Amino acid sequence: MKILTGNDLASGAVTWWAGSWWSRHVEDAVDVGEDGEAILQREDGARRVNAPYLIAAITTPEGPRPAHIKDRVRALGPTVRPDLTLKPADPQAGEWVI
Amino acid sequence: MGDVIGSPLPNPSPEGEGLEQPAVTLDAFLDQSNATAVRLEPDEDARALIPHLGRLELIEIAFPAYRDGRGYSSARILREAGYKGELRAQGDVLVDQLAFMKRCGFDSFAPEAPLNDEVVAASLARYDRVYQPAADGAAPVWKLRHG
Amino acid sequence: MYKYDQYDQAIVDARVEEFRDQVRRRLAGEITEDQFKPLRLMNGLYLQLHAYMLRVAIPYGTLDSRQMRMLAHIARKYDRDYGHFTTRQNIQYNWIKLEECPDLLAKLATVEMHAIQTSGNCIRNISSDQYAGAAADEIADPRPWAELLRQWSTFHPEFSYLPRKFKIAVIAADEARAAMRLHDIGIQLIERDGTLGAAFYVGGGMGRTPMIAPLIKDFVPAEDLLSYSEACLRVYNRHGRRDNIYKARIKILVHELGAEEYARQVEEEFAHVKALNIDPPAAELERIQAFFAPPPFDAADVELDRSDPDFAVWLDQNVKPHKQAGYAIVNISLKPLGGIPGDASSAQIDVMANLAERYSFDELRVTHAQNIVLPHVAKRDLYAVWQALAEAGLAEANLDLISDIIACPGLDYCSLANARSIPVAQKIARRFADPARQRDLGELKLKISGCINACGHHHAGHIGILGVDRKGTENYQLLLGGSGAEDASLGKITGPGFSEDGVVDAIERVTDKYVALRADGERFLDTYRRVGFEPFKEAIYG
Repeated sequence: MKILTGNDLASGAVTWWAGSWWSRHVEDAVDVGEDGEAILQREDGARRVNAPYLIAAITTPEGPRPAHIKDRVRALGPTVRPDLTLKPADPQAGEWVI
Repeated sequence: MGDVIGSPLPNPSPEGEGLEQPAVTLDAFLDQSNATAVRLEPDEDARALIPHLGRLELIEIAFPAYRDGRGYSSARILREAGYKGELRAQGDVLVDQLAFMKRCGFDSFAPEAPLNDEVVAASLARYDRVYQPAADGAAPVWKLRHG
Repeated sequence: MYKYDQYDQAIVDARVEEFRDQVRRRLAGEITEDQFKPLRLMNGLYLQLHAYMLRVAIPYGTLDSRQMRMLAHIARKYDRDYGHFTTRQNIQYNWIKLEECPDLLAKLATVEMHAIQTSGNCIRNISSDQYAGAAADEIADPRPWAELLRQWSTFHPEFSYLPRKFKIAVIAADEARAAMRLHDIGIQLIERDGTLGAAFYVGGGMGRTPMIAPLIKDFVPAEDLLSYSEACLRVYNRHGRRDNIYKARIKILVHELGAEEYARQVEEEFAHVKALNIDPPAAELERIQAFFAPPPFDAADVELDRSDPDFAVWLDQNVKPHKQAGYAIVNISLKPLGGIPGDASSAQIDVMANLAERYSFDELRVTHAQNIVLPHVAKRDLYAVWQALAEAGLAEANLDLISDIIACPGLDYCSLANARSIPVAQKIARRFADPARQRDLGELKLKISGCINACGHHHAGHIGILGVDRKGTENYQLLLGGSGAEDASLGKITGPGFSEDGVVDAIERVTDKYVALRADGERFLDTYRRVGFEPFKEAIYG
């Protein structure tokens, strides 16, 4: 699948295109099919996202899993500071990244 | 061609007519004895113009990409050599670069994308104090400290 | 240390307002990200892996308690309660919000701090020797010249759009504690016939093509330092490559022209520039030097009580001799076992601020090895300082040992990275956790970079590790024999790369081999240079 990711302009938070809004959680990311570029341009222009880009992801029971480790780190947070990630209580969270 | 900011010469009309002489390329200028305006590309040596500064009214320095800072050195070199005519920055000129350009000796600007007058004025007035001497003659802070 | 006058303050305050306006324009959509990016970079604000990252400048690594407390405050109020000290003596915050950045910078300006030119294709933070003003081997305190260079390079109108970033280091001792030869310009203050001047090394750097800076001019009189630097920069600005981002540093220009030709072009430009009165008068240097006068030392020399064994170990490892009898230089390791190299919590930053104010004439230094220094501690106070550090988790006695690892933030934090570096550092530290074993291995500078940009200085590590992306998985290359000191050398890649666990095993095979081969008093680096690469290669790969 193809999903869109970027950063919130004002806060810098990592965001994922959830179909009609930008979510902080990769689980909400939707497959944009062939419309990625168009959505990206529109959302960037409206400043609802900053520096968006299209990435590949695979569908898993837990939700989309970005193909590249870099985007998985973005999705979770720093693996060396579990307390600063989106899943501080999940001891397996770091494994998902690798 | 967009508006030129700060030029003492009348702006050329959109069709390129008007009172300003066209700026010829460096090669053409060095060939022609009657041109009074020349355009310098980033990779051209400003010092090639030094023997001819007396007959130049306008030197236009190209900024094809805002990241390419070679034009700043070219400008200073020309002012250091005693050039007194108009020195124009043309091309991908961002409003936040104008203050640096002025310090390097530029006195007119021909940005490709139009600039907001208010923002231009604010940019140019932002810094009262400068740390180092440049082509604009502004006294560096150390001179204010010690006279 | 240097204190701003009204002019310095006015310039920083104007910058704060300028950036506030630039942020406003970006948030309002008046400028695009493409137009905003160079502006925010020149103010040290990156869009990074998790959020905006702000790199705050700590000029030549020197700061006082008031500034340190502000860094702690920034961490608490605007970030996630910690900061990361970098290999260029700066501090980074990883979770900054763009909309809060102008206020953050305004607060920094109240304590004479800023984030000016900590990124972008301009002249960056001037770095210097972390023992300046305290070490016996310097011929002068280099920091007044670092301050002169800082002012000269700040908002330099000609050199703000260079082909690439530009890093300058200034030292004043033969022992090179600031990795001087690996900078774009490395300046060593020297004396010749009773006159003070500087040797200029130009064209060093790490990254994709590491190079040790060649000597370009063996003696520049001290009063010509700025105009000579101006000449070096102008030649670079005019002729540095702009066609390829990986060939745009000055090291490539010097390499392609040849050091001799580059030096000749600089000399020509220097002759021209010298006549422009770029150099400030002697009075300006004297004014700045007054801020770096030695503190009012008054402690008598004492015999240290070494009866506490942990204190004794820390003394031997982390405390260095001071030029003034009765005093010592304290190194605070930010590499605790299990910690993140270079990170300090806001609470720890406050502790260090308090210790500096009370015990070090209100001064601290940041080192390029991502540690902190209290430069002027009276020997009689060392025990109290150590106890306070121990309570705050800052007393790891591992300076220059294998667990004193330099590591870039890596893929956990940095969008340029190919692999994570911090977990590797942690695994290595755990493998070698036994302090006695570490002390037996002795000085062993291990440096890890998560990508070829080499922010972890892996080329200059006695043992270096480079993280790479091997078909989507993290892989690690091992290098041996690098050094950033006065005996500068570049590390050599050993062979095929390793997994994260594999590289830890490989390093242990290297250190075991060192122990087996070493002669009396030899550091790892000495043994490596004596016996060569082959025995180690065989030990690693069999």
